[in-house]
Amino acid sequence: MSAPVIDVEVEALVVGAGPAGLGLATRLKASGVASVLVVDREAGAGGNPRHCGHPPFGLREFGRVLTGPAYARRLAERAVRAGVAFRLATNVVEIAREGAAIVVTTTGDDGVRRIAARRLALATGVRETPRAARLVSGERPLGVLTTGALQAFVYLHGVAPFRRPLVVGTELVALSSLLTCRKIGAAPVAMVEEQAGPQCWPPFMALPRLLGVPLRYGAKVVDIVGGPRVRRATLAHADGASSEVACDGVLFTGRFTPEASLARAAGLTMDPERGRPVLDAFGRTSDPRIFAASVLDRSVETAGWCWSRGRAIADHVAADLAGRLPPP
Amino acid sequence: MAIADVAIIGAGAVGCAMARRFALEGAKVLVLERGADLLSGASKANSAILHTGFDAPTGSLEHACVQAGYAEYMAIRDGLNLPVLETGAMVVAWSAAEQAALDGVEAQALANGVEDVRRLSAAEIRAREPHLGHGAREALLVPREHVIDPWSPFLAYLLQAKALGAEILFGGDVASARFEGEQWALQTPRGRRRARVVINCAGLYGDLVDRRLLGASAFEIRPRKGQFVVFDKAAASLLRTIVLPVPTERTKGVVLCRTAFGNVLVGPTAEEQQDRDGAATDEAAPRALIARAVEMLPALEGMPVTATYAGLRPATEEKGYRIAATPDRNWITVGGIRSTGMTAALGIARHVYGLYEGMGRSHAPAAAPEIEPMPNLAEHRPRDWSEAGHGGVVCHCELVTRREIERALTGPLPAGDFGGLRRRTRCAMGRCQGFHCLARLAALTEGRFSAPLATPPEAA
Ligand SMILES: Cc1cc2nc3c(=O)[nH]c(=O)nc-3n(C[C@H](O)[C@H](O)[C@H](O)COP(=O)(O)OP(=O)(O)OC[C@H]3O[C@@H](n4cnc5c(N)ncnc54)[C@H](O)[C@@H]3O)c2cc1C
Ligand SMILES: Cc1cc2nc3c(=O)[nH]c(=O)nc-3n(C[C@H](O)[C@H](O)[C@H](O)COP(=O)(O)OP(=O)(O)OC[C@H]3O[C@@H](n4cnc5c(N)ncnc54)[C@H](O)[C@@H]3O)c2cc1C
Repeated sequence: MSAPVIDVEVEALVVGAGPAGLGLATRLKASGVASVLVVDREAGAGGNPRHCGHPPFGLREFGRVLTGPAYARRLAERAVRAGVAFRLATNVVEIAREGAAIVVTTTGDDGVRRIAARRLALATGVRETPRAARLVSGERPLGVLTTGALQAFVYLHGVAPFRRPLVVGTELVALSSLLTCRKIGAAPVAMVEEQAGPQCWPPFMALPRLLGVPLRYGAKVVDIVGGPRVRRATLAHADGASSEVACDGVLFTGRFTPEASLARAAGLTMDPERGRPVLDAFGRTSDPRIFAASVLDRSVETAGWCWSRGRAIADHVAADLAGRLPPP
Repeated sequence: MAIADVAIIGAGAVGCAMARRFALEGAKVLVLERGADLLSGASKANSAILHTGFDAPTGSLEHACVQAGYAEYMAIRDGLNLPVLETGAMVVAWSAAEQAALDGVEAQALANGVEDVRRLSAAEIRAREPHLGHGAREALLVPREHVIDPWSPFLAYLLQAKALGAEILFGGDVASARFEGEQWALQTPRGRRRARVVINCAGLYGDLVDRRLLGASAFEIRPRKGQFVVFDKAAASLLRTIVLPVPTERTKGVVLCRTAFGNVLVGPTAEEQQDRDGAATDEAAPRALIARAVEMLPALEGMPVTATYAGLRPATEEKGYRIAATPDRNWITVGGIRSTGMTAALGIARHVYGLYEGMGRSHAPAAAPEIEPMPNLAEHRPRDWSEAGHGGVVCHCELVTRREIERALTGPLPAGDFGGLRRRTRCAMGRCQGFHCLARLAALTEGRFSAPLATPPEAA
């Protein structure tokens, strides 16, 4: 790779066109920042909600209940109307600091580009903790995935990764996975939760009951067997007993973790507890020219929450560009 | 169908190198692999260290094959576009007892012809590896121990064999065979094949294949599992050199090293098991490995884990390789290639060709075939994403492009299953393990694999 020259310079560059990045970019533009560019590796803007063919999205932003894709489209249209520029299907691969500017290297079908920016905002979102990082034992058959991947199978490609999965976890996203399973006619064999009670608002747990999905608390997946596809999983129960569940997939839901690899590779100071950069009150990282908008302090937030968080950070970025933010 | 000169049972590391060597020597080669793709057995998971043989039993066949394999890999790798991550290794003594043992390790290295080793004081260790734990007392530096991509070389070897006319049969489980005096008739689910000589490179099934087809086996496979933990790419900046323990009788012990793909690896364990197929990980071993890694490299504390995996060594009741010819049955057994086979494969293949010649057989060597350079998967060299026209990135964590996926699914030896696609491209092997790309991969591979990523609708 011959180091390409810088092909565009902007006031503010936003990595990630999810609710946080779009909220941030739109607001920045509205507050008069001359050039705002959003880069996202997906072919369309909107972030994770693009894959969520289910409601509820948009109460906070649009005052009505939308499906994820409809919500994503609206947010993206707003940004375009506000004058935000986009580079989609473009991955940010590196963040470097050159003099006063932040220089970001990207790759897309058109090759490697470099973008210089006075301020950079990371809105790279979150993902679920996959099986490997949970250190779940067993073999590696097909059919072990996360909700995010399931949604992409179903809503983007219209195919099913399994028919009788075991669902692991009871965060909100686990409940959405039950609806997604319904969409493809998949019948979860059980929903299991390691803790003694649900990890979402308890009345929501009526959903698995309604759908006839057996629920087990205090149960942990300790083994996965199969080849080429999952055949069964072993559960360890709180009382010390163990049991086997026949299934053709294992769906690991929730345990969101920030998509912080760019920040980590850029050498920003990380908060090891939260797995994201250390931030000050204005959302600045250890390099005060770099802000982070997608954060995760508890479990996953709603898209609406991320959107308003993006807007709040936008005000700090705008103030900083105008020289009105206190030094770190 | 024409009679092959040799039938090679198994397309593991050893079988692939064997196919290449025999094809280069001019033999008509047949490869019978029961899996849907190459490297479906022991060879799918290892530490990926290209060994110098500094710690091999002096004068053993293993020692000779490791060194010959190393030399040949270095000689051919440029032509095939295969990477070497030049790391060097340090055998680190963490205790007084280990320190005392370093003399013996050094003496063995010298006896093994690895003469560029040298001792490092604690201060020199720190200068070379500032992040290493302070308990490191002294080390033996082995400058030419390196890290490679453990999969691409074997694909390249098989592609070379294929370019020279070899027939390669996947799903070709050899269930029975009959020796007809001059030749073997081998029965597979994909039909019958004939060959003059059979070379058993069946790895974890080597003893069973000998017993079933030849009638007896000189050894017994005792699968020995090795579990690994892979840390996030952010860890790669913390370490340059492979960190080896002072070896014990039983195993090479737990290694900490970078991978060619830009991660840091810790492992393997050594656990005997009966099962020859299931290389399952468990929760305790990875936890213990992580703890050991943090002891060695404290900055790994809190580092995200990208993956855990396990491999099975085709160990036997003895330490050495179990390679033997049975000339009156036109049979050569290449078994018990336990823990150095990735390095030694090319050397083993040369040795076995010598045994074959010893059976009074020879051919007119072929000209080296032209094959396309291998796609580069190593992080320290330019990856496909750096060249325009790649069709976009499909796997974001490992930056695998659409062009790379498509290339792996076409050509003379397309990926035969999802594991094969992962080994050819690294797709879905990164930190999100498919959160982002699995569905896209299901769509891109539709109709390609007998075990598809998406379940067929009729299963509903
Ligand atoms: C399965 C699932 C179901 C959910 N259901 C709901 C729901 O019903 N209601 C609700 O309110 N919320 C829901 N959520 C939560 C909601 O989707 C997230 O909180 C929200 O999308 C987070 O917004 P974000 O902008 O921070 O990140 P994201 O939406 O994840 O956007 C991040 C963007 O950054 C891009 N990106 C990351 N790294 C790079 C890079 N290196 N280069 C270029 N681009 C990059 C990504 O492509 C992505 O588009 C759900 C989440 C999941 C996973
Ligand atoms: C944990 C671990 C770490 C290691 N680290 C290193 C290292 O750092 N460096 C190094 O050089 N080496 C290393 N090795 C060793 C190396 O991986 C092995 O020596 C090598 O993979 C053995 O290859 P093989 O071809 O003999 O066996 P296999 O890979 O098992 O190949 C045998 C093939 O035969 C097929 N087969 C079996 N029976 C039949 C049948 N009846 N019909 C048709 N096909 C059949 C199987 O499907 C399989 O593909 C390591 C090994 C392990 C497990």
